[in-house]
Amino acid sequence: MYSKGLAPLAAATVVTITAAFAMVFFYAPNDADQGFIQKIFYVHVPMAIVALCGFVAGGVFAIKHLRSGDSSWDLRSYVAIHLSIILGVGVLATGAIWAKASWGHWWVWDEPVLVSFLVVFLLYCVYYPLRFSIEDPDRQARYSSVFAIAAGAFVPLNFVAVRMAETFTHPRVLSQTGGDLPGDMRLTFLVSLLGMALLFVTLWKLELTAKHASMQLKRLRNRARVAA
Amino acid sequence: MPALPLDEAGKYVAGAYVVFLALILVYVAIIGAKIARIERDITALVDAEDDE
Repeated sequence: MYSKGLAPLAAATVVTITAAFAMVFFYAPNDADQGFIQKIFYVHVPMAIVALCGFVAGGVFAIKHLRSGDSSWDLRSYVAIHLSIILGVGVLATGAIWAKASWGHWWVWDEPVLVSFLVVFLLYCVYYPLRFSIEDPDRQARYSSVFAIAAGAFVPLNFVAVRMAETFTHPRVLSQTGGDLPGDMRLTFLVSLLGMALLFVTLWKLELTAKHASMQLKRLRNRARVAA
Repeated sequence: MPALPLDEAGKYVAGAYVVFLALILVYVAIIGAKIARIERDITALVDAEDDE
């Protein structure tokens, strides 16, 4: 059910990420201002964009769940949020490394982009205790969906709020005018972003497949128990 | 701050990419372990069915 097309998707992910890494180190030039350290940008920013899109996707799946009552949409929402939280850990870790190398500090509290991402991350950390504190599966799915929709709506609002913030210490590379990235850097960034998006979808399908197989196994066990 | 020299910047860049790869590898290993457990359980279920 969920594993359809997983093998070619995984192959495409491996090829794209390998190409992206090769472009990062052998094609994209060093940044004139930051030098070699700017290479962190190609893993940190795509990971952040994909994680935030994953949170929003979790909200969209949750809407579908509440509209249809089909629990498979709740499962899709849960796995998307779960994966986005894992990527969020990566974003915070790589961001801290980049901050230390660029600014001399692991964390800068007056930088709106960093703090707003941390706020979103911590908000979604609440999803787990909320979800797993409810035993009844229907209620669990319903309440989790409501949370996923509310939090999913907060993500773009938060993004806009950061854009409207006054301080611009953080490098701004994507804007309505196309940003300041030169062509070869932009191409490398776009390939990295594509690779990260493919990785997200591959892992999302992989986890959905594993969870679905586990649920089917539980059903088989119950059937065997009833038959015995 | 001025750009870090390559030998120093290299450590940070390597650190960031290792964090990313480690995260993905650990995640895939956990999912792999889950799938292996499901496979073992299915085998046990089929064996129990055959014994009956």
